[in-house]
Amino acid sequence: MVPARDREGIMMLNCKDVTQLISKSMDTSLPVGKRIGVHIHLLMCRFCARYEKQLLLIRETVRSIVAEEETPEGVSKELLSEEAREKIRAALRHP
Amino acid sequence: MGYPERVDPSDWVDRYGDYLFRCALLRLRDRSAAEDLVQETFLAALKNRETFSGGSSEATWLVGILKHKIADHFRRQAREGSLPDGDPPNQPGDLPFDATGHWASGPTDWGANPADLFRQKEFLDQLAECLSELSPNHANAFTLREIEGLGTREICKVLNVTETNLWVILHRARMLLRRCLETRWFLRGTGKGS
Repeated sequence: MVPARDREGIMMLNCKDVTQLISKSMDTSLPVGKRIGVHIHLLMCRFCARYEKQLLLIRETVRSIVAEEETPEGVSKELLSEEAREKIRAALRHP
Repeated sequence: MGYPERVDPSDWVDRYGDYLFRCALLRLRDRSAAEDLVQETFLAALKNRETFSGGSSEATWLVGILKHKIADHFRRQAREGSLPDGDPPNQPGDLPFDATGHWASGPTDWGANPADLFRQKEFLDQLAECLSELSPNHANAFTLREIEGLGTREICKVLNVTETNLWVILHRARMLLRRCLETRWFLRGTGKGS
């Protein structure tokens, strides 16, 4: 929990605001004032700092696994069912 | 010589079927929808074979067509969805903040070794499961942003929402997904999760 004294003053961003801005910063660049506000908050709030770290980790993990899944070998080893294969072959024969 | 390889359409299913299916399933999380789009992709490819320039591999060309089909699918879902602007951004009780906007229950420490990339398949399964628990709008927005890697402007066009709206949707999707992955994946086996 953030100590009460850290919640007041300076930039008035609470954790709810900051988590919103962390997400937004992953999609666009924040105006400089907001960026500073978030930065200061993160120095004081270990939950929000952890939150940001975890969102970035999820992003990285998803990206690297997606890249791996989209190679010819893939990761999931999911296959088209024999039924679907037949159906598609038939559709291709008589388009 | 030196042209990218090209196979006869009668061999497409065997050659590219599983690959396209995996790409589709990753984004749609629905086997029958994924199968349908693979079929549509092949049919569109057959009709437009002359558009294959040979500048890329045939597989890349087919995936390009598939991705258009997937965007169409999401567009259709967004249009048919009951909530045109996405879900209400703040359903009571499921965001982890108290009345003053501070964490009621903060994120748990995942420890030093959170991303166990040696178990990629299990991670993919969990990701799909967690995405399936979001509303289609949230799941599709996350998919387009983080799996497909599209920019927010493009995603807005597909989902027919404003950029401000999309930020709210993505924020919420990330928050719910983080929590889901925390319990199902990152803390699995540590005794800290449920």
